[in-house]
Amino acid sequence: MSSSLPKNHKRLTLILVCGVLFMFGFCYMLVPLYELVCKKEGLNGRSVKSATALDPKMRVDKSRVIKVFFTSTLHGPLKFRFVPLQRYVEVHPGETKLIYFFAENQTGHEITVQAIPSITPNDAARFLKKTECFCFTQQYFFKKEKADMPVYFFVDPAVSKDIKEITLSYTLFDASGFEKKQEHSTKGRIDL
Amino acid sequence: MNHDIAHNNEISHDDDHHGPETGFKRWLFTTNHKDIGTLYLTLSCIMFFVAGTMALIIRVELFEPGRVILNPEFFNQMTTMHGLIMVFGVIMPAMAGLANWLIPMMIGSPDMALPRLNNWSFWLLPFAFSLLGSTLFMSGPAPDFGWTFYAPLSTTYGPKSTDFFIFSIHLMGASSIMAALNIVVTIFNMRAPGMTWTKLPIFVWTWLITAFLLLAVMPVLAGCVTMMLMDRHFHTSFFNAAGGGDPILFQHVFWFFGHPEVYILILPGFGVISEVIPTFSRKPLFGYMSMVYASCMIAILGFVVWMHHMFTTGAPYEAQLFFMYATMLVAVPTGIKVFNWVATIFKGSITFETPMLFALGFLVMFTLGGFSGLMLALVPSDYQYRDSYFVVAHFHYVLVSGSLFTIITAVYYWLPKWTGQMYSERLGQIHFWLSVIGMNVTFLPMHFLGLAGMPRRIPDYALQFTDFNQICTIGAFIFGFAQLILLYIVLKSCFSKSKPTATSQVWEGAKGLEWTLPSPVPYHTFETAPVIQ
Repeated sequence: MSSSLPKNHKRLTLILVCGVLFMFGFCYMLVPLYELVCKKEGLNGRSVKSATALDPKMRVDKSRVIKVFFTSTLHGPLKFRFVPLQRYVEVHPGETKLIYFFAENQTGHEITVQAIPSITPNDAARFLKKTECFCFTQQYFFKKEKADMPVYFFVDPAVSKDIKEITLSYTLFDASGFEKKQEHSTKGRIDL
Repeated sequence: MNHDIAHNNEISHDDDHHGPETGFKRWLFTTNHKDIGTLYLTLSCIMFFVAGTMALIIRVELFEPGRVILNPEFFNQMTTMHGLIMVFGVIMPAMAGLANWLIPMMIGSPDMALPRLNNWSFWLLPFAFSLLGSTLFMSGPAPDFGWTFYAPLSTTYGPKSTDFFIFSIHLMGASSIMAALNIVVTIFNMRAPGMTWTKLPIFVWTWLITAFLLLAVMPVLAGCVTMMLMDRHFHTSFFNAAGGGDPILFQHVFWFFGHPEVYILILPGFGVISEVIPTFSRKPLFGYMSMVYASCMIAILGFVVWMHHMFTTGAPYEAQLFFMYATMLVAVPTGIKVFNWVATIFKGSITFETPMLFALGFLVMFTLGGFSGLMLALVPSDYQYRDSYFVVAHFHYVLVSGSLFTIITAVYYWLPKWTGQMYSERLGQIHFWLSVIGMNVTFLPMHFLGLAGMPRRIPDYALQFTDFNQICTIGAFIFGFAQLILLYIVLKSCFSKSKPTATSQVWEGAKGLEWTLPSPVPYHTFETAPVIQ
């Protein structure tokens, strides 16, 4: 059939098909692009998914106090106890704090979980930084295992003066269906 | 245009040995653009009554608070199916049908450039919609996550039938891409000698722009549902936070397709109106070039406004501002179009035949829908209107009295040309007035319901919304049953055995190559290209 087509039909069709294939690829390109923009802008907890190095030149701004609240949610029917040990802490911008989240595996079997952070308000999200967190990796739990899981964080002094409160929220997901990123990570955990 | 040469095409086909096959085979194997156009329009018509019935079921459920006839699960399936079928099964195939029928006749070409591909792009659709419709008869629920199928509703929590939905979207996408490809190649390569870009009828222009939009965004939709499929079955996590993905990403990908899609639904309609209004005003279209530029502008802007569907998802302020301004900018080219139509009517010798009535109805009510769109574009007010019946009112004003009215306009306008039979003007007028009244009684109160706080996609509502909802339901039944008149008119014209009652000119003021052909149009036209001066 195609041999009977005039040449200019073939050429134009080919160009358009290439365009279509490009757009299909572009759709998948949106995934890393989105990842990049979110990380840059500190959206959707993307900026706090990996560790920030402490800047030695950073000064503690004693003139301001920011209340950082902690909340936690379990995703779906996951049988876990997962709560912050403190409702909130008060920090000066630039000051590093350590807080713990308590987690207990009540599922009755061993399981890998993953905590996903989210920060509100949006304007503050980019400035809450973590040097260490249980959410950076998948967490492995034995049957009935209990543990306190650490978060080292600080609020960058560059944060706007309007920010008085920040909420750091974690959602705990069952990650057993997903590719294992590493074996039995329990780094920094205090087993109880 | 040179009428003499065009009329040479009237040579009879007595000794024609390559006419249509007979019976069912004619439709299955046809590569004739007119046959395929008819097939598209027939499918669209059937789907229109199917999805319309679903709309009436929804309206019955909403007649009173509490449970009336449906359980909430089935209500969700009805709203989802109604939306999906109306968008992908009614408006898009109808526009493609018009394109198939009209573009070759308007540009003086014997057929579409790739006729076999044309056959394939149509015949994918019945299968796509059987696949989608079959989910209603399965033991589990049919797709119930709304026509926007947001993750995780359609991934983690999607019913089993979601996979059928995904594949039917793939088929529809493939069909649309091939149809668009065909249209672009036809318009670029098959124009009659002398049919320069600046002489191209506006309907052809708008369809060319629409075809490019389709080529650009249907692959994105295909990619989007493929990601869903992978998330559901292959342990990827594009949209699942547990595995490092993000459900918000779904909305970005979906609306990157979804916003240009709404211009795909309306742009060919703009083309139809730009053909009809000059005919019945007996004046050439005001501002031809500005119409073309405005259409291009709308299409380009369509790619940079998608986040106005997502203002409340925690988008950064800068993004909210940018997308608010970009969205409001769409009102400029749209305003140019409305201005040009009004300027065309101004001081014209107007007559009010049914196509003109529908075109004028479109002009007024589409503009209203545009204004409520502007209200939704404003970030602060959008937070209030979001997910309320105000949004439902808005998009029905632009889709029902927008896209659908333009399709009805086109059917009344070109039906005498296609079938050779003049429709009954009296019935047409009754159909118009019942449609306009029904449409406004149905959707105008929804603005007030939305402003008062009634949420969308809810089978039950607070008592104070009852009165307005009952008005909406009554209007919906008027509108729905009024469409049976259209069905009667169309069927009567198509199956009439009497001698053709329409002249080849049909409308006194009509201009364009298709009106140089006899009515009804012969099976093959413009086998020798007309020469346009």
